[in-house]
Amino acid sequence: MAIRAEHEIHGRRKSRNVGVGLALLGFVALMFALSVVKITSLGGAIEGFDHVARPALAVEASE
Amino acid sequence: MSDATLNTQAAEGEAGFGDYFALLKPRVMSLVIFTALVGLLVAPVAVHPVVGLASILFIAIGAGASGALNMWWDADIDAIMQRTQSRPVPSGRVGAQEALAVGLALSGLAVVMLGLAANLLSAGLLAFTIFFYAVVYTMWLKRWTPQNIVIGGAAGAFPPMIGWAVATGGVSVESVLMFLLIFIWTPPHFWALALFMKSDYHEAKVPMLTVTHGRKSTRTHILAYTVLLVPVALGLGLTSVGGPVYLAAAVLMNAWFLKGAFDIWRRPEAAAEADGYAVEKSVFKFSLLYLFLHFGALLVEATLRSFGMGGW
Repeated sequence: MAIRAEHEIHGRRKSRNVGVGLALLGFVALMFALSVVKITSLGGAIEGFDHVARPALAVEASE
Repeated sequence: MSDATLNTQAAEGEAGFGDYFALLKPRVMSLVIFTALVGLLVAPVAVHPVVGLASILFIAIGAGASGALNMWWDADIDAIMQRTQSRPVPSGRVGAQEALAVGLALSGLAVVMLGLAANLLSAGLLAFTIFFYAVVYTMWLKRWTPQNIVIGGAAGAFPPMIGWAVATGGVSVESVLMFLLIFIWTPPHFWALALFMKSDYHEAKVPMLTVTHGRKSTRTHILAYTVLLVPVALGLGLTSVGGPVYLAAAVLMNAWFLKGAFDIWRRPEAAAEADGYAVEKSVFKFSLLYLFLHFGALLVEATLRSFGMGGW
C-alpha cells in the first residue's frame, strides 16, 4: 500500500524544489534576453552559418 | 525495511525555499535595489532595460550573498540575541555550512554575471562590497570596535555607486557623493535605534557605542554625524544629478534631521526614559524617510530632465 501521509517536511521539500526550479527558469530566460540584447547591439548584419559555401564571406587571396 | 522505518526526523537541513530566501536578508536587499536603481537611472548614459534589469538583479543577489555569509559567520551570536534567534541558521532550519555554500555560490554568480551583463568596474565594486561586508565588517570589525556601524555602513553605501558604474563604466563626484550620503547617514540611523532598543549585544559580546562609551556619548556622536551629513546631502544637489527640486527637499530634510539630532543630544537620559524614548523613535523613523526622499528626489530630477525640465 502506498504511503499517503503527508508530513510537513514534504511541503518544505516541495517548496524548495519548486522555488529552485522557477529561479533556474527565470535565470535561463534572463540569459536568453541578455544574449539577444548583447548580440543585436553589436550592429551590422548578423549572418548564421548555414552549411553552404558563401562567396560573400570568403577572404580574397589577392588581398 | 518496512514503511514504519520511514524517517521523518530530518527537520534540520530540510529547509523550504523561503528559508534560503531569508538567508539573503530581503529587507536589506530592498534598500540595495532601490539605491542601485537610482544610481543607474540618474546616470547620464542610457542603459538598455534588459541590461539594467539584469544588473540590478545581480547587484541584489550579491548583496543577498553577503547577508548569507554574515549569517554563517554570526550564527553563534545570532543564537544569543533575541532579535536574531529566529534567523534560518540559529533556528536550525538551514545548516551553517549550507549558508556558507549559498553565500559563496551566489557571490561568485553575481560578480561574474554582473561583469558579463554590464562591465568589469561594476563587477569589481560588487566583489569589493561583498568582501567588505563579509570579511571586513562581519569577521573583523563587528566584534572588535564600537565604530563597527560606521565602517560597516560602507558596504550598504556602495550600491548606488555600482548602479552608476553599470551605466557609465566609471566613478565620478556624483557617485562618490551618493556613496557618502548613505555612509554618513548610517551611524545616526543605527545609533538612534540603539538608544531605544533593549538590545542584547552585551551578552553576545558585540561592542556597541551605547555600552562601551555610554548613552551620552552616543547622543553626541549622532549629532556630529548629522552635522557632517548636511554638506554631503546639499553638495549632491549642486552636481549634475541635482536640481532645484532635490535641493529644496534636501534643505528641508536636513534642517528637520539636524533639529531631531540636536533634540536627542540635549536631552538627559532620565527625560528620554520618562517619555519612552519618543524623540529617539521619531528621529529613527524620520531617518528612513530621509534616505528614501533624498534618492526619490534624485529620481524626480532625472525624470524632469528627460522632459527637458529640472537640473541646473
